[in-house]
Amino acid sequence: MIEVRGLTKRYGAKTAVDGLSFAIEPGKVTGFLGPNGAGKTTTMRCILGLDYPNEGTITVDGKTYHDLAFPMREMGALLDAKAVHGGRSAYSHLLCLAQTNGLPKKRVGEVLELVGLTEVTKKRSKGFSLGMSQRLGIAATMLGDPKMLMFDEPVNGLDPEGILWIRNLMKALASEGRTVFVSSHLMSEMENTADHLIVIGRGKLIADCTMKEFIARSSGTSVRVRTPSAGQLIAAIAAKGATASSDESGSIEVRGMSTEQIGDLAFSEGIRLHELTMVRASLEEAFMELTADSVEYRAEVPGGQHPSPANSDTAIGSGV
Amino acid sequence: MATTTTADVKLSALPPATGRAGMRGVLASEFTKLRSVRSTYWTIGALIIVGVGLAAAIGAGAASDLQHNPGDKAAFDATQTSLGGFFYLGQLIIAVLGAMAITSEYSTGMIRTSLTAMPRRGTVYASKLLVFTGVALVISLVTSFLAFFVGQAVLSGSGVSASLFHSTTVPMAAQVTPQGATLSGTFTVTTGAVLTAVVGIALFVTVAAVIAFGLGAIIRHTAGAIASAIGLLFVLPIIIQLLPNTWRWDVMRFFPDAAGRVLSSTVGPPNPHMWSAWPQFAVAAIWALVLVGIGAYLFRKRDA
Repeated sequence: MIEVRGLTKRYGAKTAVDGLSFAIEPGKVTGFLGPNGAGKTTTMRCILGLDYPNEGTITVDGKTYHDLAFPMREMGALLDAKAVHGGRSAYSHLLCLAQTNGLPKKRVGEVLELVGLTEVTKKRSKGFSLGMSQRLGIAATMLGDPKMLMFDEPVNGLDPEGILWIRNLMKALASEGRTVFVSSHLMSEMENTADHLIVIGRGKLIADCTMKEFIARSSGTSVRVRTPSAGQLIAAIAAKGATASSDESGSIEVRGMSTEQIGDLAFSEGIRLHELTMVRASLEEAFMELTADSVEYRAEVPGGQHPSPANSDTAIGSGV
Repeated sequence: MATTTTADVKLSALPPATGRAGMRGVLASEFTKLRSVRSTYWTIGALIIVGVGLAAAIGAGAASDLQHNPGDKAAFDATQTSLGGFFYLGQLIIAVLGAMAITSEYSTGMIRTSLTAMPRRGTVYASKLLVFTGVALVISLVTSFLAFFVGQAVLSGSGVSASLFHSTTVPMAAQVTPQGATLSGTFTVTTGAVLTAVVGIALFVTVAAVIAFGLGAIIRHTAGAIASAIGLLFVLPIIIQLLPNTWRWDVMRFFPDAAGRVLSSTVGPPNPHMWSAWPQFAVAAIWALVLVGIGAYLFRKRDA
């Protein structure tokens, strides 16, 4: 259980995190989402006591991180896979970490085997690829068999096999009852891994909900229509009070009407349809929309009511 | 990529933990850190080669000179001749090790990993300092004794070499004529004075290393820390030498390197412008304590 209450962190004049509060519960994977510069890494650094908050309190299992008796048994954290001394071998790196918490030496060989680095145990980590460094970092988090795990962009640099491996690892860790808190910029990765989501933008909380709720809270479903009589159909839809907009390719996006309603309307107007498809909002789109809103309406109460859906084209455009 | 994915490795259960992770484990960890990077061995190797090599080279030069110009035997300080190279250049080499003991954590980002594993920063800093100081002291003592013995072996034919096992005498004045030199006066170099010099110089070099460690903790940048350590230990004394004779000594004795000069001297009356050996050493030690103290304060207070 990680609890963040009223966290504010400023670097000089820049406020990186602004009054952030949330709790990460055990037994599930919690995704931590936000655009670059939203304050994800800063929040994680504050949880670990690497950076000191200007305001707010953070507790890890009810204690501040500095007061944990054996920090590595409580929390395994990987913020930056390259934050190792490159001149040190993988084995020595893990050994010097294990020693700080009085963990047995044989544990080092075991975690190296777990992440598949047994062959490069004696190699200096300077020559490691980013993927191998990520594995070394994950090995370090597992040294203390921790109750909580925190990863900042863990799939960064991993090959598809590695991505699958870490996804399964995180799910397995959560199913064992551990707290798993993971940030990622890969929305599709979150969609497949996370049970719960914390979304932040500009250092403020935007959403703290389950994955299902998150998708539902976005502007939701729309219908894609293609027709040779675009102008006529848009006018007819507008007359019914729904919204329709056409894009460059000629397909029309309709909100506020079901496929059945649109099909019936087209039939009664004598319009031929070439496509009539329901489009579910993906997590990617939902995320873009919500965070783009956070940029547009910065004075919104964090975690408050869902902001009014913006035009989806604009939202994606400014989110990218 | 030379890796295989083994998702189903079973980890053995950890023994239950009692108490609280403390200094013992962190001391072991810091020793592992120091001995598991090549730069440590390079620096120690360079220190021994430079310290002992210069003792041999300077000794050989002095031996040849004493053979051709016997008048130079007057007030010849064989101990200082052997230790001079070690304390002038050795302090710079070990300063690199001292600075890097802490700046390498920042330049590589390792500090964030270290402080995540052990967030009690006072414990981390104190352990790092203790382990480094211990290693520096042992290496300095070994180098200092080696430099002394090698240097004296080279000077052994000169008649004015020093010894740790019996007191020796050195003539204090020479009258040089075309026929030769007439030496007069006798100064007795005790084994105590020689031991003070050999051990004192090792301590001085250790203190120089700790000064660099403190600067490393304050500056957190390898090049900057090494440059400022060399500036304080080596460049500043040269600049002070250029000051007017009337007051340069009064400035010099407040700087760390004065200890090296006083401690290595075994022949002749004490320098009237400096404090005696151990008070002068205390000046260097105070520099080290102050810098390490500021470093400790900043290490705890700043974001990592």
